[in-house]
Formats: sequence, structure tokens, C-alpha cells
Amino acid sequence: MRRSVLAVPLAVMVSPAWLFGAGTVSGKVTYTGTPAKQKTIDMSKEPSCAKQHATPITTETVVTGANNALGNVVVYVSAGAPDESSAPAQAVTFTQKGCQYIPHVLAMRTGQELKVVNDDQTSHNIHPLAKVNHEWNKSQPPGTPPLSEKFDKEEFVPVKCNVHPWMRGYFAVLKTSHYAITADNGSFSLPNLPPGKYTITAWQEDYGTQTQDVTVSGSETETVDFSFKAKLY
Amino acid sequence: MGKNLMRTELGALAVVMLVVGIGAGQNGGVSSGYPTPRGNFTVSQQRGHGLYLRYCVGCHGTFGDGNGENAPYIDPKPRDFVTATFKCRSTPTGTLPTDADLINTLHRGVEASNMPSWLPLSDENRVDLVAYIKTFSPRWQSEKAGEPIKIPAEPAVTMESITHGAELFQKMECWKCHGQQGRGDGPSAPTLTDSKDQPIRPYNFADGGNDARFKCGDSNQDLYKVFMTGVDGTPMPSFADVIQPNDAWDLVHYLRTLQAHRRSKENEVLKAAGGKIPVKPTAQ
Repeated sequence: MRRSVLAVPLAVMVSPAWLFGAGTVSGKVTYTGTPAKQKTIDMSKEPSCAKQHATPITTETVVTGANNALGNVVVYVSAGAPDESSAPAQAVTFTQKGCQYIPHVLAMRTGQELKVVNDDQTSHNIHPLAKVNHEWNKSQPPGTPPLSEKFDKEEFVPVKCNVHPWMRGYFAVLKTSHYAITADNGSFSLPNLPPGKYTITAWQEDYGTQTQDVTVSGSETETVDFSFKAKLY
Repeated sequence: MGKNLMRTELGALAVVMLVVGIGAGQNGGVSSGYPTPRGNFTVSQQRGHGLYLRYCVGCHGTFGDGNGENAPYIDPKPRDFVTATFKCRSTPTGTLPTDADLINTLHRGVEASNMPSWLPLSDENRVDLVAYIKTFSPRWQSEKAGEPIKIPAEPAVTMESITHGAELFQKMECWKCHGQQGRGDGPSAPTLTDSKDQPIRPYNFADGGNDARFKCGDSNQDLYKVFMTGVDGTPMPSFADVIQPNDAWDLVHYLRTLQAHRRSKENEVLKAAGGKIPVKPTAQ
């Protein structure tokens, strides 16, 4: 009895990454098949934004790179990571510029401050269509200070601007601090993982989610690759 | 003598118990249409359930998700109580409405929709219905209603106030959806959808006569609340972060002048000043 009581704090003490070294899970996200062609956006109704783009921009539902690489995929530890402390004090920023969302997919921790900035000469309304969190909708005319918000629950929240219907983005609200968003080359890296069994989830806004289990035993780098089947439409 | 008194007391006690028993039975059963309270419902929720099955289920559906039998034929669609997103609130965007907000909606009905006024029901009926529709979303257990926004006393209607309101209408770009004359025909109007991807039209201020009404009530205070809390679930955002309370009243006064056929203090002031507001519309 006494031994088991002692064993618990002992296990907690010896498990941290600094003792055993921390592993990394990295890999590449690709697609198979032919992704839908992205549509060209007509901004002629908003000249102040249209003139910011030398060539017309396209939708960003599927972002690809060379060798079938898939960008804008959120890869994160969905199970196995130890409970983490509260959200970092630093805010994440979501910018509206040229009637586009930058970045198109923004990841943040639950409870972390989200700053929404309007860099345009036009009004935007920020309308996160949350279902698990609360849906809200706020106007942000040009020259007004950044909005400060937060989300309390884990969710992938679509965001839109009703004034400019082509503006579509996502907030990836995650409990874990172990997340990454793939670049155009499809690669990601999740460092600082103490030894343990993890479930890694990859989410793409149009193709849905995939999960894989991985075991990290020391300070090595485990490779986990994901492949999504592209949708034609 | 003592024995007789005791018998009388026992008799009185029996009568009291019988009356209380019948009363409890009626509250829990007869008016709700169910003989015994179901699940964890309170007596009020139970009565509300009975009323809901009688008056609301046809449109809002058994599960409260707005998919009742009549829903396919209705536009705008019946409210989905499961999401707990409500249009007409006195509370900030993203928060739950107060009970009074929901009761007011029942009282008033929703203009330009299939939701009638439920004025013929009793006050108690409306309280019970609100108690019941709050069982459809778990949000009501985990959160409190939002804090109603503070509305300062309405200043006098002056040409200055109306003109400043007209400037705000341009600055806030209300016309992007509502149009320069408030006819609901702004450049973004054709593309608008609600949060369930149903097409939706911006409010047309110019339409309607002296009886023109808004969805969320008809007073100047109600109009103030619409743009300071937003109409959740629709493209109409909240301007609470970007319009100061006193400026908001100026906007209210200007919006009233867009209702050209409605008798109002604002239209009288405008007419007395010659009918022209010295604000240039933004180039479209």
C-alpha cells in the first residue's frame, strides 16, 4: 500500500522529457487522385481589395505543392499527450487583408487569446459558425482596433464574412499544444513528445480527418505520413 | 369532548391532504397531457412540454431542431432550439438570451415569418414554454444568459442626430447589405445566407406603410438592440465594439427616416428641416 503511494509521484518525476529526452513525430501529408480546381475569386464588387492583387486570387479549399503534397492540413496529438497547463499568454492573430484571411487556417489553444485585425479599407464582419463553441458575429469597420476573442472548447470552426462571401477560413481550436499546420510541401513536425503512445490526427477542411497511432520510446523521430483521397468536386 | 375534537382535527387533516394531492396531480399531469412528469423535468417544463406538443411541434419538431412537419414549406425556417442561437436578444452576440427575451418573442411573434404572436396564451403558459424549449440544448445547463446591454436614455430627435446617424450608416457600411435607401438591395445582398446556408434578405426599411415592423420589436430601443447585439444566426453582426452608445441613438434616428411611409418623430423633424440630409453616399 505504502509502496504504491510512493510509486505514483516517482513515476511522475521520472517521466518528463528532460530525463529521457523528447521524441519527435514528423511526416508528410499527400493526396491521391485529382483535387478539385480552385475557383478564381471575382473581387470587382470591392475595388479597394481587388487592386491589392496583381493577379486574381483563388479559393484555398485545397492547397497543394509538388509531389502531391497537401498544405493547410492541421496535424495534432489528439490522444496520449499529458494534460497541459492553460493556454499561452501570447495571442494568435487573424488578419483580414485584401479581402482574404491570413492565415486561411489558424490554429490556437482553447482559451488562448485570438486577435482579429482588419487591414483593409472596407468593413468586414467576422462570423465564426461555431457549433460546439458559441456562434457570434461582429462588425469591424476600417481603422478600428483589433477584436479580442477566445474559444473555450475544441472545435474546427468555419469563419466567414457575410459582406464578402468569398472570404472563408477556419479556426482550429485545440486542447493540445502539440500541433502543426502543413506548409505547401506537406511536411509537419511535432517535437517535444515524451515517451508514450499517441494518436495523431490530420484534418483537412474538405477531406475530413484521419488518425494514426504512434509510439515514441526515446528521443528518436518517428515518421507518420498521411494520404488523403482527393475529391473531384 | 377531547375525543370529538381529535376526530375533527383528523378529518380536517384528511381534507387538506386530499386537496393538496389533487392539486399536485393536476399540476403534474392534466394540463401537460401526461399523467406523470417525464424524466427530470420540473413541473413547469412538464407543462411546457404539453403546450409545445400542442402549439409548436408542427414547425419546430419533436426534437426542437426546427425540422417539424411544416418546416419544408416555411421560409425563413423555424428556429433550431438545439443550437440555442437566438435572433432577438437584449444580450451581446454569442451569449444566451434572457428568459424575458424569449417570452417577448412569444408575445410579439416574428414579423415576416410564420411565427405568430402567442398573445392568446397565458403568461404562465409562456413561462412554461420557455422552460421547456431550454431543455433542447445543454448550453442552458452550463451557462447563464448574457448580461443585457446597457442602453442610455434616448436623446432628443434633432436634425443633427439624424445627420450624424446618416454618417454612421456610411462609415459602418450598412449600405453594403441594406442599400443606400435601406431597401435591402446593397451590393452584398444577393449573396447572403444564414448560418444554415439558407438564402436570407437584409431588412428593407423602405417597404411597408405606417405599420412597418421589425422582427425583434418595434420600439426605438428594440432597433437599438438589433445592431448593438447582432441578429445571431444571420449575417447581421453586432456593432457594440465599434459604435458608442450615444452614437447608436443617432443611427436609430437615421434608420427611422428610411421608413419613409411610417409616421415618426424622426420623419417629422426631417420634413420640418426640408427633407434633405446633408450626407453624401459613398461611391459604390
